[in-house]
This record gives sequence, C-alpha cells and structure tokens, in this order.
Amino acid sequence: MQASTPHEPTEVTPVVNVEDVMQQVAEHKGCGTSGGSGKASCGSAAGQGDLPTEIWEKVKNHPCYSEEAHHHYARMHVAVAPACNIQCNYCNRKYDCANESRPGVVSEKLTPEQAAKKVLAVASTIPQMTVLGIAGPGDPLANPEKTFKTFELIAKTAPDIKLCLSTNGLALPDHVDTIARFNVDHVTITINMVDPEIGAKIYPWVFWNHKRYTGVEAAKILTDHQMRGLEMLTERGILCKVNSVMIPGVNDKHLVEVNRAVKSRGAFLHNIMPLISAPEHGTVFGLTGQRGPTAQELKALQDSCEGEMNMMRHCRQCRADAVGLLGEDRSAEFTTDKIMAMEVNYDLDTRKAYQAKVEEERLAKVTAKQEELSTLAGEMSDIKLLVAVATKGSGLINEHFGHAKEFQIYELSTSGAKFVGHRRVDLYCQGGYGEEDSLETIIRAINDCHAVFVAKIGGCPKADLLKAGIEPVDQFAHEFIEKSAIGWFKSYLDKVNGGEIEHIQRGDAEIRQGALISAA
Amino acid sequence: MPLKIISSNCTSCSACEPECPNVAIFEKGGTFVINPKKCTECIGHFDAPQCAAVCPIEDTCVIDDSVPRYQAPA
Repeated sequence: MQASTPHEPTEVTPVVNVEDVMQQVAEHKGCGTSGGSGKASCGSAAGQGDLPTEIWEKVKNHPCYSEEAHHHYARMHVAVAPACNIQCNYCNRKYDCANESRPGVVSEKLTPEQAAKKVLAVASTIPQMTVLGIAGPGDPLANPEKTFKTFELIAKTAPDIKLCLSTNGLALPDHVDTIARFNVDHVTITINMVDPEIGAKIYPWVFWNHKRYTGVEAAKILTDHQMRGLEMLTERGILCKVNSVMIPGVNDKHLVEVNRAVKSRGAFLHNIMPLISAPEHGTVFGLTGQRGPTAQELKALQDSCEGEMNMMRHCRQCRADAVGLLGEDRSAEFTTDKIMAMEVNYDLDTRKAYQAKVEEERLAKVTAKQEELSTLAGEMSDIKLLVAVATKGSGLINEHFGHAKEFQIYELSTSGAKFVGHRRVDLYCQGGYGEEDSLETIIRAINDCHAVFVAKIGGCPKADLLKAGIEPVDQFAHEFIEKSAIGWFKSYLDKVNGGEIEHIQRGDAEIRQGALISAA
Repeated sequence: MPLKIISSNCTSCSACEPECPNVAIFEKGGTFVINPKKCTECIGHFDAPQCAAVCPIEDTCVIDDSVPRYQAPA
C-alpha cells in the first residue's frame, strides 16, 4: 500500500484550470451575447470561447454541477449498485419508503439491462434528461461489474447521455482507470473528514481487502483512499465534485479544512449538505439524537468556504433512483413494470431540438437578469437580505404560495441576486401535519427571509406572513426570478433610504428533515 | 456448513455474494441464502467470515447452530 502523508496537500496540477471553468459556468450567457453589452461573445472573454470545448460540454448541461443548468436539465439515477463497503452513521440500509427522498433510499433495484432500458424510456419521455448517474443505493464502486456494465450498455444505445457516479471513495483508486475508459466525465466523492479521529465518529467500519476495520484505523484507510482517488481523477482530467455532510458538533468546523484539502487536490465544486437524521429513519445519528444544522448554520459554513472554491447550494439530496429535474421526482412513472411495457423510440434529433429550445429559454433568462442588474449600478448599501421564491422552474416566479413544496432562497445585495439554497416545506408522510400547521411550517422554513415571491397567494396566509415580518410579493407573477428580485430590492433600498421603512435583520430558519412527498 | 443469513434482517444488498470464497451465497426469494454444503466459515481463506464482515446489518450472517461446525481438512 502506498505510504502516505495524505493530509499534506500535494498540489496536483489539473489538466484544466477548474476555477476558469466554474467561472464560465457561473457566468454562462450562452454563445451569442455577453451580458449587458449585447455584443457577440464567441471567442471573447465572457463566453464559451475561452474554454476547451470538451470541458464546456462536460459542465454546461449538468444539473448537479451548475445551479443555473439545474432549472433546465434533468438527471436520473439508476439503482444498480445495492452493495456498500462502508458503514456511515447517517445511513440505514433497512429503510425504504417510496415517499422518502434522500440518498441511499431506493424502491426497487435494477439489473444493468433493466437500467439501460429505463434510461432509454426516460430519455425519450423527458428530452431535457441529459445525465445518468449511478449513486447506489450502496456504493457504485462496491458493485463494479454492475456499474460498468450499465455504463457500457448506455454508451452503446444513448451516446449523447453523460455518465457520472457518486462514491464514498474507498474503492476509487482501484477503478479510476476504468472510469476514464468508460468516459465517465463526472465523479462525486462524499468526503466528510480528513482527520481520522473525526472520521471515527462518522464511520463505524469499512470493509477493505477482505477485512472489516473499525475506529480510527477504518477512517484512516478511507481518507487515504479518498485523497488518492481524487488526485488520480484530477490527473486524468475527470471533473470531481465533493459532497460533505455537515454534522454539527462532529465535523462542522472541520469541513473548512476538508474544503482546503479537496480544493488543493483539484476538486472543482464543493457541496456541503445538512445532515438528515430524523429518528424514524433508524440511523445511528437519528437514534442518538444528533441534530442537523439550522439554515443559517449551513449558509454560514457554505459562505466561509466560498472564498476557497465554488460551493454548490442547490443539492436536493435526492434518492438513488431519482428521475427528473432536481426537486421534482418522477421515478414513480418509470417502475420496471411500466418501462418494460413501454414503446421506446429514442430519437436523437428530437432531443437535440428540445435542448436547443432550452438553451434559448436559458439565454432569455440571463439576459433579463443582466438588464435589471444594470439598474443597480451606482447603488451603495451594505444591506444584504434573503428572499424566498415559489417556482416550478424555468427561472420564473410561477408557483402559487399554497402549492409550493419548496422555496428557492436568493441573497440580495447591491451586487445582485445570488442563489444560496432552497427550503423544503412539504408535509410529512408520517405523523400528519394538518392543514392548519402547514403555514407555520412554511414560516419556520423561511423565517430568515424578508419577502416571499409568489405567483398567487390567498388573503389569510398573506396576513399571517406579514405578521411574521415576511412580505408576500405577488406583483411579479410569471416573471423572471432574478430580474424581479433585483427590481424589488432596488425599491426596498429606496424605501430604506427615504426613511419609509427600517431595515431589520431576520432570525434563523429550520431545515426540514422529513420525507418528500412525491405529489402528483 | 456453519453460517446462515437471517432472512428477516437481509436487505438483499448483495454485498456478501461476491465476497464468498466458496461461491456459496445466492439470491432466493428476495433475500440471500448460504448453501450450507459449500460454506467453510472462510477457514483457510480469510481471518473472518466475509459475509458477516461486509454485511451492513449486525447479527444477520451468523453461525447456524442447527448443523455441525465446519471441520477444516487435516
């Protein structure tokens, strides 16, 4: 085994400058215009022209890698990898509920052949489906034959679909070359620590080289393999995202160190997610009463890491068999029984035409944001505040307050509207929150926001929101989110400056822990 | 002959199947079972029974007391 000083960041020279890549993704305006100036950007500093085409192609349509792309492009996971080689205190392999949406959970396992059929069926039904991931419900690389067989079948039948996988990293060094050979262009590694002492509190054991290791020894093996695997991916030019679960009191402060360690090894995006630990899931953390972070604790950690590298904030912590846009699970439409009976007509041209239309829509949205942003030019204020938005997608304020299952959160300041997360407000499938409680649930979830943007809202909730200090805003119904938010913020600043209202800081908010109901 | 899988605990994750040096584990009726005629408790192969070491649910791959313990060939 490779002797290691794994925690000394060994600088790996990435094949591409990932910071440039992410900057381009963040600022993507499509090939054609560049921001407010409206001049052509192909080949200029503001567009795709500065990027190697193959890198651009890798990131621009991936909903899990770009918060901008996730409104337009969909992904699916196929649950071909049930086995796992480590045990995590936030996971319980016995739990399965069709209404539950979180990693590690799946309703039915698929063979590679069934998975390939399912991908074709979904891609034909949902033309914006561009990405196929294998994320479990165990670990893809603890099931290498099933995982790579699935990739092989899909590469043959649907060559335009991007392949990715999500792993705990224990077996990663053994499989990096195979991953490269199958043209898997995105890998996610879940890294919760780089200090084995902390790891011992998260992982009771790992199974490695025919042996079960426990405690600090187990965590040491895991972190060594994760760091080496990440370095090997970077050396081969495979884009790597790092997921971390924020566990207050265990690794919350330590994740800043994790952030530095993975950045120095070439990871291009860091996704810090809140711990899910409801007692009814039966996980170790659920049973010991380990709490998850509050909305503001999570945001503060993400903000503190952001100077170091790009942070992902739109993760929906989806199931290992999720289908559709993030936050909109359509897996129930594609059960094995249904897909086996489906007539599948994989029409590459139709898919391409649809995706071209999406690119147009995407461009319109970004242009609208740029126009409105220019109106903030010259405004001087230290005020930063959060607003919640009810949306069904397409970057529009197009959801009724009462129908929203989640709200998107934007931070507004004189530099514009920045997406900083989302809040679930759907009801529990067990336990029964009644109608009368749902408004309270929503207020708790967006309590740190100054306003909530909706397409429509009834009189009663409007009054209750105002009482809670949250302004309901329905005047921008069916308009672009960022443009509207910037417009609203400008008038808010005007009112503050004019002495009409006083700016008051808001309190903290709750992160919902329960099951996601996949309502029809 | 000695290990068995408690089927009510088995999540059917299949982790044990490829680890068995005797190819004694197979899927049957939605969970995994061990062919007692093939199981050697991993004696002569590994320090510990592999199915029990990799199983995510404690006390699921256990010694089957209803049959005699495996005797390694002399």
